[in-house]
Amino acid sequence: MTSQAPLCLYGSQFQSRLLLGTARYPSPAVLADSIRASGCEIVTVSLRREAGGGRAGESFWRFIRDLGVKVLPNTAGCLTAKEAITTAQMAREVFATNWIKLEVIGDEDTLQPDVFALVDAARTLSREGFEVLPYTTDDLVVADKLLDVGCQVLMPWAAPIGSGRGVNNLYALRALRARFPQTPLIIDAGLGAPSHAAAVMELGYDGVLLNTAVARAGDPSAMARAFSLGIEAGRAAFFAKIITPRDMAEPSTPALGRPFDRLA
Amino acid sequence: MRIQVNGRSVDVIAATLQNLLQELGYENQKVATALNMEFIRDKDRAKTRLSEGDMVEIVTPRQGG
Repeated sequence: MTSQAPLCLYGSQFQSRLLLGTARYPSPAVLADSIRASGCEIVTVSLRREAGGGRAGESFWRFIRDLGVKVLPNTAGCLTAKEAITTAQMAREVFATNWIKLEVIGDEDTLQPDVFALVDAARTLSREGFEVLPYTTDDLVVADKLLDVGCQVLMPWAAPIGSGRGVNNLYALRALRARFPQTPLIIDAGLGAPSHAAAVMELGYDGVLLNTAVARAGDPSAMARAFSLGIEAGRAAFFAKIITPRDMAEPSTPALGRPFDRLA
Repeated sequence: MRIQVNGRSVDVIAATLQNLLQELGYENQKVATALNMEFIRDKDRAKTRLSEGDMVEIVTPRQGG
């Protein structure tokens, strides 16, 4: 494996390791610019109610299809396993894909996943042929259960959705990476700056999913590009093997032969 | 017949889910449907009969994170 190896998710390969959400951009044109500027190949979408005669959904779907990227529908906002399962089934029909970004929210303030319902829904959907990408916490045991029920990719949070806080629990993310060395791990949620993305890629994570950090930036397409550079830098650094930190200084210039040194 | 469509109470004359979509102006729209929390496939809408008090969801593609 090298830093140039493609990202492999459920048998599909991607050169880009950045996944972008499509919500909260100032305009569709800015969204399209952000996708192009970053080289992103996977975007997340949702299903929402629309009044009869409305055309917003139809028009959005044409817009996304024309971008030529892989579509990852989500179950955002679902509060029970049943809601998430039914939403996933509807998404599969509309978007014609078995991929589903599975979200079951357990707490409305932090948008923390209900991991019990998440595992239940992932089990049912995997049995029905879905390729589940679960939005989960950094809990090691939950991750193990999700793999047991058929998930082949895990998407742990770094911090609450939209918070831009960066990594809340570095230890937990490091433990997940160490425990599941062969499983694609994508950080989903909570990053705010390209340095946050570089930091998780330096841990050996396989990709990053962003929405708010790009969409609400002052210049979304420039920020999307900055994130893709951060991801690339972090991944290259992971493979280049970062030095072990130490507490005391160590001179980089050779001490031997220093002018004015008092030799014994 | 009074049913719930996308969380709102409405009076409709449609006897099937397919007829409901026509009655409410969803014809030729890219939608997915659920009846009482169960997904109803496109091809099953015509044979899916509605009853008083049913809860119907009709959704379309939208931006998401």
